[in-house]
Amino acid sequence: MSAVEVPNTQPIDGRLLAGAEFTRQLAARQRRGRLWARFFSLSTVVAVVALITLLLSIINDAFGFVISTYRVDPTTLAPDGNLELLSNEELAALLPERRLGAYLRDNLSVVPPTEFPSVPLGQALPGAILPPGVAEKTFAETTVEERRSILANNLNVDLLASLVELDVVSEDVRETYTLIESLFERDRIEREYEEKFGGASATDTVKYFRSWLSLDFITAPQASSPEVAGIRTAILGTVWIMAITVVFSFIVGVGAAIYLEEYATGNNPLERFIETNIRNLAGVPSIIYGLLGLAVFVRVLEGITQGRTILSASLTMGLLVLPVIIINAQEALRAVPSSLREASFGLGATRWQTILRTVLPSAMPGILTGTILAMSRAIGETAPLIVIGASTTIFVDPSSVVSKFTALPIQIYDWTRRPQDDFRSIAAAGILVLLVLLIGLNATAIILRQRIRRSLQS
Amino acid sequence: MESQIKAGQQADISVGIARDVFRNVRRAEADGRPILTQRARPFEDAARIFLILCAMLSIFTTIGILLVLGNESLLLFINEGLSLIEFLTGTEWRPQSGSFGILPLLSATIKTSVIAMLVATPLGLGAAIYLGEYAPQRLRAALKPILELLAGIPTVVYGYFAISFMTPLLRGLLNSPSFFNPNGTEILQFYNNVSPGIIMGIMIFPTIVSMSEDALSAVPRALREASYGLGATKFETIIRVILPAALSGIAAAIIVGLSRAVGETMIVALASGAGPNYDWNPFVFAETMTAHIARISSGDLSYGSVDYESLFSIGLTLFFLTLGLNILSRWITNKFREVYQ
Repeated sequence: MSAVEVPNTQPIDGRLLAGAEFTRQLAARQRRGRLWARFFSLSTVVAVVALITLLLSIINDAFGFVISTYRVDPTTLAPDGNLELLSNEELAALLPERRLGAYLRDNLSVVPPTEFPSVPLGQALPGAILPPGVAEKTFAETTVEERRSILANNLNVDLLASLVELDVVSEDVRETYTLIESLFERDRIEREYEEKFGGASATDTVKYFRSWLSLDFITAPQASSPEVAGIRTAILGTVWIMAITVVFSFIVGVGAAIYLEEYATGNNPLERFIETNIRNLAGVPSIIYGLLGLAVFVRVLEGITQGRTILSASLTMGLLVLPVIIINAQEALRAVPSSLREASFGLGATRWQTILRTVLPSAMPGILTGTILAMSRAIGETAPLIVIGASTTIFVDPSSVVSKFTALPIQIYDWTRRPQDDFRSIAAAGILVLLVLLIGLNATAIILRQRIRRSLQS
Repeated sequence: MESQIKAGQQADISVGIARDVFRNVRRAEADGRPILTQRARPFEDAARIFLILCAMLSIFTTIGILLVLGNESLLLFINEGLSLIEFLTGTEWRPQSGSFGILPLLSATIKTSVIAMLVATPLGLGAAIYLGEYAPQRLRAALKPILELLAGIPTVVYGYFAISFMTPLLRGLLNSPSFFNPNGTEILQFYNNVSPGIIMGIMIFPTIVSMSEDALSAVPRALREASYGLGATKFETIIRVILPAALSGIAAAIIVGLSRAVGETMIVALASGAGPNYDWNPFVFAETMTAHIARISSGDLSYGSVDYESLFSIGLTLFFLTLGLNILSRWITNKFREVYQ
């Protein structure tokens, strides 16, 4: 390519420009340069502004005033309205009578919902602490007191409190305001509160500053109403998926990288094909991995994975991050000086001994950094999980690799696509949690990377 | 490069290995067995086979993708008596009533991707030039992590940003009465292709910046200095000398960005609309290929149904589209790479 051409010195009348003409043109050329330099720096500013706007708009939605109505004022039930101060029995006594069967069925029963009323409770609730004589009765034969006592003895205080909050207090957020509105338009919020809800004199309505991101939000289980919904279920789902993904993809990915770097000769067509293939796989959209997982792990291997479960999701995620882990591990292995390998061979070590005792220990920090970065990519991946069939109506914590699951990004997606403002607010709070997790992972990777650099220098 | 581990550590490892070797020799001599090199090493072979299998898994993954997508698509084409021409040129996507024209979905993918590239290319290239040529070292060191942060944000968060910030902002600008729109008619629908397109551009921006910057910094100093020596200004050197020399790398960056835009799911799933719509106007709702797969598969999907199979035919189209773009990008890099001494 003829890259170099002499700029702006076209001869006029066969001569180069000179004198005043030259000075004038030079000034114009420099002006043009400055103008473009401004455009270049502006494009960088756009990136910074975009990032700041993104973060601010999330924070803006996650905090702010709300106006709520209650069916029962929580301060009449517990000191300061803090239901968790009450005992199990007190909470169970507050629960509405007609819903007791539904609570037992949804939270404790192991039989199909349609059979629950006809099966003796001892069979429907195995392992539950039952009052004497109740095990033989069906649900319809029990007294209200017996039902309450089963709930009080078998559900933890958090769950009971959230049931009371949902069905007795029954807070309904009627208006939500963003943080910016809450800070700068307090008069308007006050006026709307007065006009629409009767202001401070109304008994069933309160206006208060709500932080949608709170300890309750993180520790409460998933629920269908945004006032009480939390993300514990989703966080546990994400943790389960990530744990299995990292085990699977680390072993296989590092294995593949070792083969390609330490065993491969470099001129074998199969090896070249594997290398090209890995690079192509890295560019395949994540949703296609979802389709692969749906057809292979969910459908064909249903006997092993039990369908739309954590195991299917983890294996799919594992395949998705594999190319990233392999490429990073290859780089880390390549950075190990060959003198180390030769020294080990010279001492009579076999290839595998050399890899295990010499190469891997010195490449490990690099491999770990790559793996953490791959995990931070996987933790926010949503599309493959949607295709595999993460469910947004899971209210129980996952308990094994074949549990059905929801995950943090899935929950954010589900809440974001609903039109109501209060769902938008918990989506924003969920995003903040996800971003904190991500920053934690990335910070670990950066610290590891600096350690490597330091040990390289010393 | 110097050794990665400290000398002491190295010595530890070496001593450890030597100890093992001598122990083995002594044991072999005591037992009257052949020593070291003559011995069969089943573990060594097993390890090798395990590693080969790990490496082969990537090939199995590719075969799996092709097999799964191809098989289900083929079933759809056979069961529905669908021809490839019909599939590629049909203007209606309604699997339930037997119309399988990919164009409504494909056109939305093209619209959002083109808008994304219109945002990401000039900005990304501009920022790459600024970071590579103009920015002082300290500013560069501060800006790089910001770009990495932008690149690391999950796409579902960008989707949230599109629907809760960009869409209301654009609707406020375009739909309220103004010089261009005196009656305040609804030009921009709530679900549209412009807002996700712009946000996708921001998402792709870091990719383009870092790939183009690598390409720019690979241009040798001698070219720059020759240009300065001939009296060119800094800007002229960049535009006439450095950019042409780095063109193949920049083209590759743009194509990789495009391929990411085509395959991106969450932003469009949230902000582009809840149904296929064959309309090249980017201001109205239209579901892209990826958004359609996401929406249909999040409902109750029974295996082997028309809906199920039709998803895989969209997936196959998407796979070939992105694979083609990725191969093109690598071909450009290899073919037009300037090799400097």
